[in-house]
Amino acid sequence: MADGYPEYMRKSIARLESTREERAKINFERMHADESDKLLKKYHPDYREEGKQKLKIGASKGEKVPLELLALLEAPSLIDPSKINLDQIDYDVDILIIGGGGAGTVAALWAIKEGISPENILIATKLRHGDSNSMMAQGGIQAADKKEDSPVQHYLDAMGGGHYTNEPELLEALTTDAPRLIKWHEELGILYDRDEDGEFIELPGGGTSRYRMHSSGDYTGMELMRVMRDESRNKDVPVLEFAPAVELLTDKDGTVTGALLMNLETNEYYVVRAKSTILATGGFGRLHVQSYPTSNHYGATGDGLIMGYRVGVPLKDMDSVQYHPTGAAFPEQVLGLLVTEKVRSLGAQPVNDDGELFVNPLEPRDVEAASFIRECYGRDKGIETPTGMKGVWLDSPLIDVLKGEGTVAKNLPAMVRQYKRFNIDITKDPMLVFPTLHYQNGGLAIDKSGATPVAGLFACGEVTGGVHGKNRLMGNSLLDFNVFGKRAGISAARHVAKASKGKLTLNHIESYDKALRSAGIDTETASPLLLPEYRGKKVLERHLDIEVTL
Amino acid sequence: MPEEKEKKMIDIYVMGRRYKVPEGLTIMTALEYAGYKYVRGCGCRGGFCGACSTVYRNKEDYKLKMDLACQTAVEDGMFLVQLPFVPSVRTMYEVDEVNPEKDDNILLEHYPEIARCVSCNTCTKACPQDIEVMDYVQASLRGDIDRAASLSFDCIQCGLCSIRCPADIKHYHLAQEARRLKGKYIDTLSKQLKERVKELDDYVYDEKFKELVKMTKEEIKKVYDKREFQKGE
Repeated sequence: MADGYPEYMRKSIARLESTREERAKINFERMHADESDKLLKKYHPDYREEGKQKLKIGASKGEKVPLELLALLEAPSLIDPSKINLDQIDYDVDILIIGGGGAGTVAALWAIKEGISPENILIATKLRHGDSNSMMAQGGIQAADKKEDSPVQHYLDAMGGGHYTNEPELLEALTTDAPRLIKWHEELGILYDRDEDGEFIELPGGGTSRYRMHSSGDYTGMELMRVMRDESRNKDVPVLEFAPAVELLTDKDGTVTGALLMNLETNEYYVVRAKSTILATGGFGRLHVQSYPTSNHYGATGDGLIMGYRVGVPLKDMDSVQYHPTGAAFPEQVLGLLVTEKVRSLGAQPVNDDGELFVNPLEPRDVEAASFIRECYGRDKGIETPTGMKGVWLDSPLIDVLKGEGTVAKNLPAMVRQYKRFNIDITKDPMLVFPTLHYQNGGLAIDKSGATPVAGLFACGEVTGGVHGKNRLMGNSLLDFNVFGKRAGISAARHVAKASKGKLTLNHIESYDKALRSAGIDTETASPLLLPEYRGKKVLERHLDIEVTL
Repeated sequence: MPEEKEKKMIDIYVMGRRYKVPEGLTIMTALEYAGYKYVRGCGCRGGFCGACSTVYRNKEDYKLKMDLACQTAVEDGMFLVQLPFVPSVRTMYEVDEVNPEKDDNILLEHYPEIARCVSCNTCTKACPQDIEVMDYVQASLRGDIDRAASLSFDCIQCGLCSIRCPADIKHYHLAQEARRLKGKYIDTLSKQLKERVKELDDYVYDEKFKELVKMTKEEIKKVYDKREFQKGE
């Protein structure tokens, strides 16, 4: 096998190996409460006050949000309203769904069940239909369907996990709809892991008091997403790919009446008029809040938050972000991939560039994550990767030293396989890890029907806030997009019967720009972001801003 | 921390043009380093979505290889191109209206071109997920939906199999239908789930929820702290 680690990392690994025998004997003392409090306040991203700022304008003025999001919320639109002709309507539909991930696709399918004809729906999505975080969810989906479990128990688990900040009516909807949605999945032909009697094989998750996690191998999200996309294709739902919305459209009263889309390849805009509009744009991991790597897909840039906020939808719990302590930091191919906590449970230690153990391996997750961050950015003892990020070693071979040869291979077969693909043998070499930005806990305010406070506008999935409060439990995000995708789809369909075809204006953009100016906000940024910037610095420095016409 | 000079630079050829990039990047991040901004050809960046199908050839090798740009490291002298789109057709069907028990071979009916499979195994060699693609095509041909579904479970629908197939089979669409038929018609469904849905239809939990949603933070915290955990199995 070729060597998966570059030569400079080998030197660091040699330092780690030289201390392994001594380290094996060390039982690193756990932090005292005041010590960990201090650490969290200084290094955990959610506690870093300098990482957030109060919004100066809009429906959530005075609320704190991460700076990376603030920069986009407090920025003018990408478009100049005076240059847009809204008289030429390209798509005139009953329901416009912005976002072709799990939430948007579920909404389309339930709007059809509610009586909307597929040709009167339009799904507009930034990348391809199905390109979303939904596709990437591995672990599973929660639903209380076993005798020893109940929706009440599910509600309690999620409420405590969310530090009692969840919206009760949203959480009630989430937990009581759950079994019905799994039933719908059976009707669609979604594959789940089952025992010989056809009962689901269910597992526990962090913070769940019952075995409630349904899964489909470790491709649960992909299985859900590909089946829903297949069903949407069978129903012939029109989908515009590579056509993100750049702004919503409103009438003179502020009711949402459609959206302006952009063809990402020709830069042409399309005007869509809709009686109901659903924002299902997903999360914001690709904003790399506080420079974190992310487990999110390429298009997760929080566009829906920007567009929704501009028409007046308030934000809920937007100050909290979910990080997981051990995301893979190297190789680049698995960057952000979750490394299971079991690796540390079995005895692996976190080790810095000098070969030192610097924290008890089994501190609570937020404390563990904060200590990794301190090691890399407070003490400068992290290991830099070829792409310029930093991480600490997780000394997996130590497990075999402590528990006997073959323990890693036997207990962590999936991890062994995952790394082997990149010529790293974790039974012999350590893994490089760093916390990874995993989920946008907060988002646009909705009620239990999936309606936002702004007329004509609905929202569902990761773009919304309130369901999970300030911390989401594992297995509740796949459930979220099912429950609220369904609810938003049905509500949007019912709204169609009441709504007339609206006038199209960009008045709200003009007033938002005015509010920006009154607040003295002057910025080079324009939003939404649409796609993150990953091009090499050297190339961008020599970038010529010339449009080539053929 | 590595010095800039310690990072070894290698040559890659993007659609024939040479760029110098640091070793240890994926095909995807190497293209970005070189100055390309993705619109097409990039999705989850984690090996789940099949957006970044890539065809490449290694230095001094005549063979064309296939893989995912986000999951493959660049190598010195690699010639590569990414596929922005796979123009394949699929068959529309109503999952509620087909019946594998009555119908002899739905998959063959919906995808008659599978009968043209010459067992060349090119599809299997093209698969970045190491799926036995040809075997599930053969299983479909025999009407063995269960096996076709199980063999194809890891499919990310990148389309590389279909791009390479001399018989123009649309493997990944065929497999999608097989899996749904298994999930709906072959797998035994859950009785406990059915009972729980019945309870919900009968409003069994409504009273309890009326209490719960009204509780103050302190009240619900007390209930939460008293929860008993299900014992491990």
